[in-house]
Formats: sequence, C-alpha cells, structure tokens
Amino acid sequence: MIDQNRVEFTREMRDSYTILAPNMLEVHFSMIENLFKSSGYNVVVLRNTDQSVIEEGLKYVHNDTCYPALLTIGQMISALKSGKYDVNKTALMMTQTGGGCRASNYIHLLRKALKNAGLGQVPVISLSIGGMEKNSGFKLTFVMMVKALAALAYGDLLTFLKNQTKPYEVTKGETDLLVRKWTDFFSDEFARNRTLSPFAIKRYMKRIVDSFKEIKTEKREKVKVGIVGEIYVKYSPLANNNLEEFLFEQDCEVNVPGIMGFMMHVVGNGLDDVELYGGSLLNKLKAKFGLRLMSKYENYINTPLKNTKYTPPASYRHLRDLVEPIMGHGCKMGEGWLLTAEMMELCESGYTNIVCAQPFGCLPNHIVGKGMMRIIREYYPDSNIVAVDYDPGATKVNQENRIKLMLSVAREQSTKEKDAVLTAK
Amino acid sequence: MSLRIGLDVGSTTLKCVVLDDNNNIIYANYERHFSKISEKSCELLSVISEKFPKEKNFRLAVSGSAGMGFAEDVGLSFIQEVFATKIAVSTYIPDTDVVIELGGEDAKILFLTGGTEVRMNGSCAGGTGAFIDQMATLLNLTTEELNEKAKDHTKIYNIASRCGVFAKSDVQPLINQGAKREDICKSILNAVVSQTISGLAQGRDIEGKVVYLGGPLTFLSELRESFDYMLSNKGICPENSLYFVAIGTAQSCNDRPIDILELRDKITNTTKNRTYNALPPLFENKKQYAEFRQRHDKAVIGTNAALTGSKGAYIGIDAGSTTIKAALINENEDIVYSIYRPNSGNPVPIVKEFLYEVYQRYPDIKILGSAATGYGEEIIKNAFRCDFGIVETIAHYTAAKKYSPEVDFIIDIGGQDIKCFKISDGAIDNIFLNEACSSGCGSFLQSFAGALGYNIADFATLGLYGERPVDLGSRCTVFMNSSVKQAQKDGASIENISAGLSISIVKNALYKVIRVSDAKELGRNIVVQGGTFLNDAVLRAFEQEIGHNVIRPAISGVMGAYGAALYAKQLSKGASTLIGKEGLENFSHKVNAITCNGCTNRCKLTVNTFGDGSKYIAGNQCEKPVQKNKNEERLNMYEYKRALLSEYKDTEGSRGITVGLPMALNMYEMLPFWHTFFTKMGFSVMLSGESNRKLYLKGQHSIPSDTVCYPAKLVHGHIANLCERGADVIFYPCMTYNFDEGLGDNHYNCPVVAYYPLVIARNMKEISSRTFINDYIGIDQKKYFPKKFTQILSKYFDDISYKDVKNASDAAYREYYSYIKKIEDKGEQYLALAKEKGLPVIILCGRPYHIDREIDHGIDKFITEAGAVLISEDGLGKRFQPFPTKVLNQWTYHARLYCAAKFVSDSGDPDINLVQLVSFGCGVDAVTTDEVRSILWKNKKIYTQIKIDEITNLGAVKIRLRSLFAAIEQKKQSDKAGENE
Repeated sequence: MIDQNRVEFTREMRDSYTILAPNMLEVHFSMIENLFKSSGYNVVVLRNTDQSVIEEGLKYVHNDTCYPALLTIGQMISALKSGKYDVNKTALMMTQTGGGCRASNYIHLLRKALKNAGLGQVPVISLSIGGMEKNSGFKLTFVMMVKALAALAYGDLLTFLKNQTKPYEVTKGETDLLVRKWTDFFSDEFARNRTLSPFAIKRYMKRIVDSFKEIKTEKREKVKVGIVGEIYVKYSPLANNNLEEFLFEQDCEVNVPGIMGFMMHVVGNGLDDVELYGGSLLNKLKAKFGLRLMSKYENYINTPLKNTKYTPPASYRHLRDLVEPIMGHGCKMGEGWLLTAEMMELCESGYTNIVCAQPFGCLPNHIVGKGMMRIIREYYPDSNIVAVDYDPGATKVNQENRIKLMLSVAREQSTKEKDAVLTAK
Repeated sequence: MSLRIGLDVGSTTLKCVVLDDNNNIIYANYERHFSKISEKSCELLSVISEKFPKEKNFRLAVSGSAGMGFAEDVGLSFIQEVFATKIAVSTYIPDTDVVIELGGEDAKILFLTGGTEVRMNGSCAGGTGAFIDQMATLLNLTTEELNEKAKDHTKIYNIASRCGVFAKSDVQPLINQGAKREDICKSILNAVVSQTISGLAQGRDIEGKVVYLGGPLTFLSELRESFDYMLSNKGICPENSLYFVAIGTAQSCNDRPIDILELRDKITNTTKNRTYNALPPLFENKKQYAEFRQRHDKAVIGTNAALTGSKGAYIGIDAGSTTIKAALINENEDIVYSIYRPNSGNPVPIVKEFLYEVYQRYPDIKILGSAATGYGEEIIKNAFRCDFGIVETIAHYTAAKKYSPEVDFIIDIGGQDIKCFKISDGAIDNIFLNEACSSGCGSFLQSFAGALGYNIADFATLGLYGERPVDLGSRCTVFMNSSVKQAQKDGASIENISAGLSISIVKNALYKVIRVSDAKELGRNIVVQGGTFLNDAVLRAFEQEIGHNVIRPAISGVMGAYGAALYAKQLSKGASTLIGKEGLENFSHKVNAITCNGCTNRCKLTVNTFGDGSKYIAGNQCEKPVQKNKNEERLNMYEYKRALLSEYKDTEGSRGITVGLPMALNMYEMLPFWHTFFTKMGFSVMLSGESNRKLYLKGQHSIPSDTVCYPAKLVHGHIANLCERGADVIFYPCMTYNFDEGLGDNHYNCPVVAYYPLVIARNMKEISSRTFINDYIGIDQKKYFPKKFTQILSKYFDDISYKDVKNASDAAYREYYSYIKKIEDKGEQYLALAKEKGLPVIILCGRPYHIDREIDHGIDKFITEAGAVLISEDGLGKRFQPFPTKVLNQWTYHARLYCAAKFVSDSGDPDINLVQLVSFGCGVDAVTTDEVRSILWKNKKIYTQIKIDEITNLGAVKIRLRSLFAAIEQKKQSDKAGENE
C-alpha cells in the first residue's frame, strides 16, 4: 500500500497558492493553463528548459529511471529553486495515469525528490481522470473535465493543421501566428464558459479548418515523417531535443498522432480488461460512457476535415481494428498497443518514414516499439522506421545522425518512385 | 565536369578521396585527426590544391559522425555515412548482398538484396574500433599486436558482447587469472563479431556476398577471420575498404563547384566561434592551484623510512585491475618501500620483481607477515604464499583510518572501478561499488588520453587550466565517448575536454554510484584515494562538487597495499609463509586452460601451476574443482526451489498433443500451475531445457531490442529449444496481472514479463509452423478464469469443456498454492535453523526467474559457500504484512521485495541481511532499489545490490559480498564492544 501520509492541497491553499505543472504540448497546455486559471486555480505551466532542469533531475531522481520522470521532476525542482516562486506558497501538479508501467510512480518519485531537496512542504496534486488521490483544495469538476476535453480536441486539430500547413506556407510564420490566435481565443472563451455546447464546438472546429484554408501555400517537395513514441518524449521538445523543429528544418512534413487517441486508449483499457479477464459491470459501464463521450469529440475533429486536402487523424476505432491481428488489445502498459497501431496507421496514410522516440530503457517499448518493427515491415514493405533513444547522456549528434540516415533512405525511395512514374509514362 | 571530393570525418579519423568524372580515385588520404577536425581539413584542402594545380573548383561533400556539425557550419552538404556506403558499394561491387562496416565507434550492417535495409548501432552498443583500442591498451598492446597475437590462440572465452564496458569487465578477470594473452586477444575480436551480429542483424540472416569495410576490418585480419567463422561465409575486404564512405560522399555530391582555397579560409573563420555548455574552471589562476598543492602535499606517513633495529617488516600487495601496488612497512607502520606499476596483463612477474627488489635492497630483512588484496588476490596469494587474503574494501579502510582516525567516508576511484564506503561507529556500514555499466572510469581517462596522443598524467594536467570545461554529463563511459565527440564538434579545446572528463568522472561517482542527492551527506572526514585521484584535476573537481576539502593521502595510489600490510601486521603471528629469496629464484609460473566437467556449467578454467608444484585454479563458478571433499550441507533456498521445480517433468497425455512450456521469466513461478493444468486436461507437457549459454545463442539472433533484460532475452532460446524438440503447441500467455497477494496497491506483472510473448510471436520464425498460444490470461480472477480460458482453448483445440477446464484449473490453483506453501515452510525452517546454529542469513531478493543458474551465475552458491544461510524473498511469505511504502506498490513480485526488506529491517538481528539481485536494464528496479534501500536504512541495515547480466564474471560480486560479510562481522564486534563498555 502506498503511504497516504502526504502534504495535502487544502482549501485554504487554493486562493493563495501558485500551482506549477510540467509542459508537454505547448498548444494544448497553454489552453489548459488558462482554463485552470479561469476556474480559480493559479496554474503555471513550466517553460524553463535550461541546463539546471537536467542537473536537478539527475541529482534527485534515480538515474536509471526513465527520462520523462527525470525531466519533469527536474523542471519542477529547478523552478522551485529559481527564486521566482515562494516555496511556501507553491504547489505542484502532475498527471497520473495508473497502469503497470513505471510512469504511475512519477508522482511518488516527485515527492521523494522534494523531500530530499528540502522542499517537503510543497504539496503535490495528482491529476487523473479516475481521481486516484484526493485533495480538499482541488477538485476536477465535470465542467472542467469537459472543458479540458474540448481544449485537447482543439489542440489536436490545431496541431494537425499546423503540421500540414506550415511546411508549405508562402508567408513564413503565418501558420504559427494563426495557431497562437486560436489558443488565445479559446482561453478567453473558456473563461466565459462559452464553448461547451456541442453546437458551439462543432462550429469552432469548422471555423478553425476554414481559417487554415485561408493560408496561402505552395507545392513543395517534402519528406513525410510520422512521430510516435512514449508520450512525453514523443511530444515534449525538451525531451526529444526539438525533434519536430529539426525535422521541419530537414525539409519534412511531420505527422504527430494526437493526444485524443492516447486518452481513449487509457479509458478503453478498462473495457478491454473486463472483456479479457472478467470483472464488474460497473467498471465496464464507466469505461463505455467515457469512450462514448470522447468519440464524440473525436468526431468533432474529424467531421470538418472530411473532403478537404488535409489528412485527418485516425479514429480510435480504426486504430483498434488495425492492430487487432498483431496483438489484440490486452497490451496496455505505457502506450501499449496504441503505439504499434499508430505506426501502422501512419504507414497506411503515407507517412511510411517514422521516428519512434522513446526514453532509453523504456520497458513497454521493447515490446510495442522495437519488438513490432519487424512485423510492421512485413505488412508495409516501404516502412522506414528508426528508433531513437533519449536520455540525459545520449547526444544530439548521435540521434540526428540516425534520423538523417532514415531521411536519406526516404529520399532515395521517393526518387525511385518518381522515376518509376516517369518510366511508366 | 569538376573533380569531386568526399570528406569522411569519423570519430577518430579523417578520410578523404578525390574522384574524377569516371569515378576513378585519383587521390586518397587516411589519418587520425586527434579531434583537430578543422585544422586537419584545412591542411587537406591545401594538399589537394597543390596536387591538382590546374583545378580551382571542386564539388565537395562531407560525411561521418563528427562531420555533421562541421558541414553545417561551413555550409557544405552532409551525406549520411551509411547511405554513402550504400551508394559506393552499389557502384563498385554491385553484386554485394550484405555490407558490414565497423568504424571508430559505429557499427553498421547494410542489407542490399532482398529488401534493402540499413542498420546502425544504437547509442548504447558502444564503440567497436574504439573498443578494440581500449582493450589493446588494457593488454598493453597496439591493435596490430593484438591481431598478431590472436593468430596463435588455442581457445576462446565468452566475453559479454553487449557493450564495451561489459566486455571489459570480463576481460579484466581473465587477465588477473592468468589466461593466455593470445586467447584473450582472439576472444575480444570474437566479442566484437558477436556484438555486431546480435545487435544489428536482429533476426535477418547474413548470407551471400558479404563485404567488409572500415578501419578495424581493413587492418585486423583476425577480426575478418572471426566474422567468416561466425557467419560460415567468406567475406571480402575490397581495395579501398577504408574509403567507401568518402567515395560515396563524393559520388552523391550535387553541389555546385567551389574554390577550395576560399573554403579553407571560411573553415578557419567559422569554426572559431562555436560554443558548448561550459562549467566553471577548476582553477581561476596559478596561485589558487599552488595553494591547493600545498594543502595536499602535507605528507602524514613516512614513505621512505628505514627498517627498524629488529629488521622486522610486513608486506601488502594490492593486485588491482590495471595496476599492481605493493608496500613494505616497518614495525612503526611507516612505508619503507613501495611500487605502483601497470600490471601489463599479468600481475605475477611484477610482484615477483617487487619481492626480488625487496630481498636485494634489504638483505637482512625479516618478513613477519604478508597479505594480498584486490582482483588478483587469489593468484598472488597462491603464487607467493602470502599469509592472508583481505577484501580490498577492508584494506582501504584500514589504511584510511591511519590517516584520519575519524574518517567517515572513503572514496576510491581505481582504474576499473569506484568503491565508496561509509563508516559509522568504527565499522563499514555501507558499501557502494559501481555497476558494470559505469565502470572503468580511471582507465577510461587513460584510454582517452591515449587516443588523443597523450599519457594520462599530461592529459589530466592539461585540464587544470581549461577555462571553460565541457559539460559531459554523468553517464557510463560509452555515452561519454559520444559526448566528447559532440564537444569536439562544438570546438572544445583539448584542455577543456580534459577538465570536462575529470569533472564527469567525479559526477559519475557521486550521482551514479553513490547516488547522493546532497553532497553534504557524505560525511565530514572524507579520505579520497586510488590512482585516479593522483590527478589533481580529478581531486579538484571532487572538492568543487561536494563543496569542501578532503584528504588525499600522499600515498593515495598505494593505500590498498598499505592497508593490506597493516592488516598483516595486526594478524601476524611472528613469522610469514611468504616465498623466500631462494624460492623466488626458482619461481616459475605456467598457465593451462581447461574446461571443467564437474557439472553442466562447463566452466572454462585457467590452471596456474607454480614452481613448487602448487596450483591455483580460476574461472570456476563453484567450489567443485577446487575443494575436494566438503560435503557439508548448504542451506540454499535457490537450490531448493530449483529442486522443487525439477519435479515437474515432461509427461505423456491421452490427447496426443504436446504442449511446450518455456522455462523463462514468470514461468519459473507459474510452472506448477500450468503443468498441472495441462496434465489434467490430458495434454502431454514438454519443458524447455535448462538455460545455458548455448541455449541463449540459439535464440539470440531473433532478439529485437538489445537493451531488454537478460532474463527476457533468454526466452528466445527456450522457445527455439521447444521448437527443435518438436512441441506441437507452445503455450506462453500474456499476463498483465499476477496473483493478488494483498501486499500492494495493485498486482501487475512488469511490462516485459506481461507482454514478452508478443515479441516472441512477432519475431521468431520458428513458431509459425506450430500453434503458439499467447492470449491474454488473467489468473488473478479465479472466478472468471475457467470460463475465459475455456473460450481461449476452444479456439485451438476440439472438445474442450467448461467442466474439464474447471476441474483442471481447480487442481492447478491447488498445486500453485501448495508450491508456494512449500517454499514458505522451507523459509521458516531455514530461519529457525540459522538461529539455532548462529549462522548468518542472507535474504537474496530478486524475481522468481533469478534462480535460473544462467541468470544468477552461481551467486547463490557463493553466498552459501561463505557459510551463510540463503533464503529467497518468497521464503519469507509467512512474515509478509502489507505496510505503507513511499512508492506506488503495484507489482506482485516487487511487493514481496518491500515486505522482505521490512522484515529484515525490523528483525533487529545483525545476522539477518538482505542482498538484492537486479537484472541490468530492469527499469522497474530503478524504482524498487531506492525503496528497498530506504526501508533497510531506516534501521541502519546495510543495503547491498548486485547487478547481473550476461556477464559471468563474479569478481566484483565477490568483493561486494565479502565486504558485506566483513562489515557484518565488524559491526557485530563493535556492537559487542559497545555493550561491554
């Protein structure tokens, strides 16, 4: 049993405390940050990325622990030590997914680290859908949850469109500006509780898509690259050494499957567990309800993309079907079957060049990442996947060199295809 | 068209070719760049321009691991090196099937036919060329000499093939045991081959026309021979095999021609202004350094004393991993004479020389006692008949106490390892040794100095005045190699690289080995020692990092030997058995390698025979070959569990279908369950054979992830074994959940145990020709299990009825619980026996599969041979109580660890201690080890962790365990002394 003896985030703290949270996806988290603010919590998403983040992480976290733990904890301790925040008026927030991976332990490792750093008084709030830990001063209300879900959905759509527009924009910087405009807009809307109705959401989604269509683009030769991996390393530029930016500079169009799929994967696991091993009907119903709610949001994203030039994100249902013959759906720790499914889906929709980004020594990845590359190559002979390990000791030069090898193969492949087309003509 | 230049900037060398329009090589050059990449490239460009005075403009492209940043900075195209190789090979040797290319630090395989694939080693697999260099340095040979020696080998030892550092810790004991250098040389080359194949081929066969490229394969004929042998193929090493990357680079260059002299000037200008993460300098100025020297130069112990009137003296010999230290002390405990020499691969002649010198210098000396310590303790003790052997940790403590009686922390960084211990109340109460993964720090500095063309002392001194030391992080040495590469790219000077290396060694020790979070917690009186601290840069870095001053004894390098001599003096009975002058003159030493046939382990033994006919045998995993009749019963629960499991044998069933069960990972605990179940259902059951190296190699080629733990890698071998023996069905289910024993917050299996069957299903070709059952099964839900399992089995077999499954599963559950109970009863019995006889108890904690002999490498036997009672963590089952932990306690096997630790911690019995086995690469144990440690520390118990992997070297493990036993002994004595006061 886990020691329940922890510093609670109390009601009194709610008004006077600043709550620091680690960053992962800038677009999504900036909206969530404002959403929390408008709900009465002074949440600040951390954007410190200097060397001290890694140093504090190495110092206070067991060095063999996965890189995401090391970075997020390092980032928070570095912030607390920076002098920018009153350590007696600051709390921390961390997500907790539960499940058989090490990641469920991050929050406890954080508390340990705080204690060792002499910051034991700082309360840590666990953020989880199931409400794994309770704090009297913090409650994730249903309204907040729905807003958060909307924020994630907007974030996913914006990211998708951004990735498919930015490489081709005629006026440099226009796409980023538009994304910024939308995140500011939604932050504002959330504060006014205006974006909750399905009708409103659908309308906004449509408007987003239309606004991207407005951006003037031109045809350019790009290598299409997908990014999959352990969730934090996949998304966080701090962890993956600005992978997206690097690929962008290397003349690539990037496709990073959204966070909606991951959320549905987590919720759907509950359902699969009951299917596979038996269990309570209540759990089954809860999971079903969650999934149904989320698939609505999934539709909100996909509908306006239909019959446009944009490649829409894959639906949870489709990902499930794709991966079924390879591993079923019982493999759920970490990213579980979702990671394999995403690789397959990327291959299917033309992103055959894939970077699989993972923390060094990531356990689920032995199975669903590296362990499945062989079979994926059988299914999709054109697939060109490179697995890249990230940790504090791995150097950028090594990582980039391997990615460049993948890109060279990709370019050669596309030249060959073009030649083939020419000869055919 | 203009001429094309391909520039291949590798980690250690610079290769360059000039091609004409017909792809003819009209100029080629190969040289070491000593990390002066821009200078060397400029020189090259000048040379080329002189060679081809008529040409002004060339097309030029860059490749190679160190060339990327360089190309970016000066605006040249960069061609990825593996890709370049591919281009060149398809032009020059178009019928090639596979290319194997080894470079300074990279290994690559290119499959060109039957689905093109290019593979490169991951960042963990370490270097190959650099690895051979490092090994050669260790043996005091050049790589060419290493190659020559390898030709005369007679046998091959197993050397871990995963990463360079591991291999090194295998080579070291071979050297110390006296294995023939010819054999070691060949074994090193073989390890490289095995590493390349297992790491890169990953299931794909290397067949057809194989081409060898790159420096090591060009220069080392024996390496090619090893590849040929392993691949059963005859590969070719083409002309210009060094230049293929450079050639392909030149070929792929599509840039417009440029004036190379202009380019030269551009390189000179742009490479000046690069930057990297810098740390504060070690010393601000010379004055600061002078003060530092003065403080440390205070000698406390005489180092050049005379013998006392009675001429009585004591000798201590410390045969370390790379150096031999010996000290002769007089009766006042002052050093009369000492040496510190590299062991050059064989410690025996050096010690002989030392003793000879002693007898020469002091003809009337009376040796009253002698002791040996260090890796080579046994061989030295046997060869020269030393009176005592002493574990090195105690030797160091004994010496340190002499300098600082109040010493509470000692850190020793030697050539190969880091040893630290905390002392409280006069006894060592915690020992930290580096794991195989980060070892080799001192010798790393040495190899690195060598690679850059310096000796280690000069190299380290350079760092003293580095103004902006490079931040290299704190990771294992293989990673450091690539960090250095990056630093070179960023234009760090040699001074700043040197300083950075010294700092990272210190950080490694503090944050990787000891894992301090606050350097203040180390202690107040810190003594540092070991050869590596002789470098002022390392010492200074250490003081800077922990924030206060420490004591470095003037004899820092020979502390182990001095401690051994003091120990000999303490225990001396007035006369020594040490070999005399005459004995030395007739001394001889012969080495023979044989294979032991005592048991299935088939250990490779080295038999040392000395002049007086006495023998010393090394390489054995058990005492069988060395001790003749010792039939005393050992209380070893690992042995008991193995015996219990061996009662489940292959069976014949009425259905005529054989179900194969792989004896790996969780099957070690689930066997009673599944065996009973399938037998009851009328299936024949077949178990895979016992794990051993050979079985492992059978499945090695299909392992997709080379960083997964060794127990998981072994699964491949077990499956191959079942296929070979013709099992109709292989049953290896995915199990997300384990039994719920009510000890934790959840009852998961770790991700690898839970889902490894998926890896087997998708990576082993063998299973496609038979039924492989890897469905998800939940045995924790006893209520639902029969129903769910009926559904699953019905997919594969006819006439499976719910009733039969229900009956069989009831029997299976019963059998499982009775198996668990037997273990728990045995644990209680052993605890009682130990108490009755006053024997020390070691709770050897791990996972159920750690009882596999191939995984624990006989550590259990070593513990019981030391006289302790060994109980596995599950043997304490009856004592387990759920209790609050500081981490989420969600894995069944791991919950047992915490409970076992709690039991030991609360026992209050100094005789009950815990040792935790950790498989290398086990991510889950990064969480559990800290928790187990903190549970033990709560009641001042010693925490001992042993990391295990493929390696079969028990040297470091033995030191750790012996230190533990010595510490327990000391602690008991000091407790007793405390009571008497």
